Amino acid sequence: MSAGGLVALVLLIVVAAYSCAGGVDYGAGFWDLVAGGAVRGERPRWLIDHSMEPVWEANNVWLIFIMVISWTGFPVFFQTLFTALWLPLALAAVGLVLRGAGFALRKPTRRLAERRVYGAAFAVASLLTPFFLGAAVGGLASGRVAPGTQASADTWANPSSIVAGLLTVAATAFLGSVFLTADAHGLAAVDLVGYFRRRAWASLVVLAVLALAGAVVTRDDAPYVYGGLTSGAGLVLVLAAVVGALGTAWLLARGAFGWARVTAVVCVAAVVFGWGIAQRPYLVPTSLTVAQAAGAPTTLRWLLLVIVVAVVVVGPALVLLYRLDTRGRLEALSDTDLRRPAAARDTPPTV
Amino acid sequence: MPSAPSALSLLSAHAPPQMLPARELMAFTLASHIVLVPLAVALPFITLVMHHRGLRRGDPVALLLARRWSAVMAVQFAVGVVTGTVLTFEFGLLWPAMMGRWGDVFGLGFGIEGWAFFLEAVLLAIYLYGWRRLRPWTHFWLGVPLPFVAMLGAFGILAANSWMNTPGGFSLGAAGRPVDVRVRQAVFTPMFGPQYWHFAVAMFLTAGYVVAGVYAVGWLRGRRDRYHRLGFCVPFTVAAVITPVQFVLGDAIARAVFHKQPVKFAATELVWTTDRHVPEYLFGRLQPDGTVKGGIRIPQLDSILAGFSPDTQVTGLTSVPAGDHPTVVQATIAHWAFDIMVGVGSLLILLALWYGWSWLRRRDMPGSRWFYRCAALAGAASVLTVECGWVTTEVGRQPWIVYRHMRVSEAVTSTRAGALWAMLGLVIVVYALVFSAFLAIVLKMRTRWRQADEGLEGEGPESVTPYGPRPETAVPGGGR
Repeated sequence: MSAGGLVALVLLIVVAAYSCAGGVDYGAGFWDLVAGGAVRGERPRWLIDHSMEPVWEANNVWLIFIMVISWTGFPVFFQTLFTALWLPLALAAVGLVLRGAGFALRKPTRRLAERRVYGAAFAVASLLTPFFLGAAVGGLASGRVAPGTQASADTWANPSSIVAGLLTVAATAFLGSVFLTADAHGLAAVDLVGYFRRRAWASLVVLAVLALAGAVVTRDDAPYVYGGLTSGAGLVLVLAAVVGALGTAWLLARGAFGWARVTAVVCVAAVVFGWGIAQRPYLVPTSLTVAQAAGAPTTLRWLLLVIVVAVVVVGPALVLLYRLDTRGRLEALSDTDLRRPAAARDTPPTV
Repeated sequence: MPSAPSALSLLSAHAPPQMLPARELMAFTLASHIVLVPLAVALPFITLVMHHRGLRRGDPVALLLARRWSAVMAVQFAVGVVTGTVLTFEFGLLWPAMMGRWGDVFGLGFGIEGWAFFLEAVLLAIYLYGWRRLRPWTHFWLGVPLPFVAMLGAFGILAANSWMNTPGGFSLGAAGRPVDVRVRQAVFTPMFGPQYWHFAVAMFLTAGYVVAGVYAVGWLRGRRDRYHRLGFCVPFTVAAVITPVQFVLGDAIARAVFHKQPVKFAATELVWTTDRHVPEYLFGRLQPDGTVKGGIRIPQLDSILAGFSPDTQVTGLTSVPAGDHPTVVQATIAHWAFDIMVGVGSLLILLALWYGWSWLRRRDMPGSRWFYRCAALAGAASVLTVECGWVTTEVGRQPWIVYRHMRVSEAVTSTRAGALWAMLGLVIVVYALVFSAFLAIVLKMRTRWRQADEGLEGEGPESVTPYGPRPETAVPGGGR
């Protein structure tokens, strides 16, 4: 495989990782949005806060890599994407700000009214951001984007984009609810296990309906990718996704929540890989191939080296973070930790 | 040299209408983000110093300070993550042609930065959330890589920025496209070393003065306990020690600009024509005819500063065609930014010397209230110098986005100006809300801690749920 092909593969892996890690995050935000009023939504929101807190920043850094690998490895591809899909990407960027800031600022705030504002910003942006990102993917996959295409509504407000956007939102809701079910189980919050498990099943049904709608829409609207997904390796991956989805439903019913997380990730990752495989050999179907878009060969080799070093360095740290988090070793500082212990009051403040 | 009117029409033909809003958007988001960068890079280090002291000496006051700084770091890092992500998007949203043509030449630095940043996010999460359940020394050691990782991240960003200033590591092929990329030369460009060290030290210095400033205010308000003393001394010492170092590094980068980017140097020093015995202007405004209005003129000094001799020849702005150097207004902006940075930096050295003198003589902090007044201002002043340094380097490079290879007007997106102005408006509103909320929350945390320290309960114990039932003590009318 050429250096360009390898970098494209890495890009696909990183996109899949972001879809899963970021997806869990967006999904948690989605369930925050629909958790109801202050009293009814108290318990689910407590769990969402608790689960997301230590990992959300790391989850979202995957997006930075997608950008960096794109512009270093495939400069023309990056330029094409951000020229043709200007508006959805700009709105996604605004959504990312509202989401991150809303989440981070809600935690240390006390007044209910302020918390509501921050929480609403976080939750609404958690819905809109994946929609716009999905819509951009739809525009790309349906062949509406090509080098030199100028931004227009058609590139992202078209049948494929809308279906892809809705599918992305549904997938995040599915991932979020499966992970929250497992977290509720880990924290022995019995009521929430049932609460999120029902939502996981419900989102699977929605996901299935949207997937079928997507198949109908993309058949004529995105023929190249449709063809790739309904034959050969693409079809195998689609079937793997279906098996993953059904397996998740079954494992949730059995109470094997840890394994349900794995199958849910397999399901979403298989769809992303399927899309990538279906696009072969194009980065932008059907106008820009991987080979045409590839940057300078020296840079690509160096980029691969940087990636290898990063995997060696970041990998263990990331594993450590997720292990500590799933074992409940990570916990935010409480007010008591931030209060002055008796021993620290050496001299009374002279006010 | 073309006559003035034709040069102007040439310029306006080159400047598409969307360039101004694109530039304003980039400037606004970067100016906002850069305020958070010193704390993101250096607050972990200062906190670890305090943490180490707390563990080593079993000092609960030091540990409390480290924990509280962690709590601030958690919020500040989160806001920095989102404003930084916006900048990443803006490379594509605003300057797609720069990335399209040069992405594979200078993008690798960002690759390094991306991974470093990932590692930073992971380690920071472990550090911030590890206080309660991890063993104390394990927790400390897991935090130790943070400052190094932050420096590695800065390496990537500065490699990219210094490449834009002194691009290298490629040859030009047909149609002006880069070919034959040599990665090492593209990363280690002539301006990289001076820019990197000047920036890295600026981050530590600024973070030190900002944090110490908080406790200087407390000290002035009469809170002279050990908590405030420690909270002031540790960060202020870090900053004071490196302030003189920064003076040397600042001098080195100015000289590097003189040699490697002579036209930028001419802009920051308001030099119109290439000459020897060039005077130095403190402030002043460059006029279209090349004269300088206002300001203080010191004969010969610019030549002396640039080359240690009044005979040193300094390149002027007019050594290149009018369209290839900063405009008169841009040069004046770069010049003022440069002078403010140098002025404030010099004052900070005096402050650091005052502190050092007091420790040498009395083994104690200075007693004068004036010292603490200055120290309280030093935080804001050093943030101002960071902004000024960035303005100097970016405005001084105009009209180039890639020095001598691509103009800003060639790189700008084709999106309509109206859409960009609307986006700028939206971003200003969102950022104003986010930053004011951030500031309000940090101030509220401070008030809450102070009230707890003084035995006064604030608003009652924190409810850990985002929308818990309204506490009894909730302010009437506080709800919707």
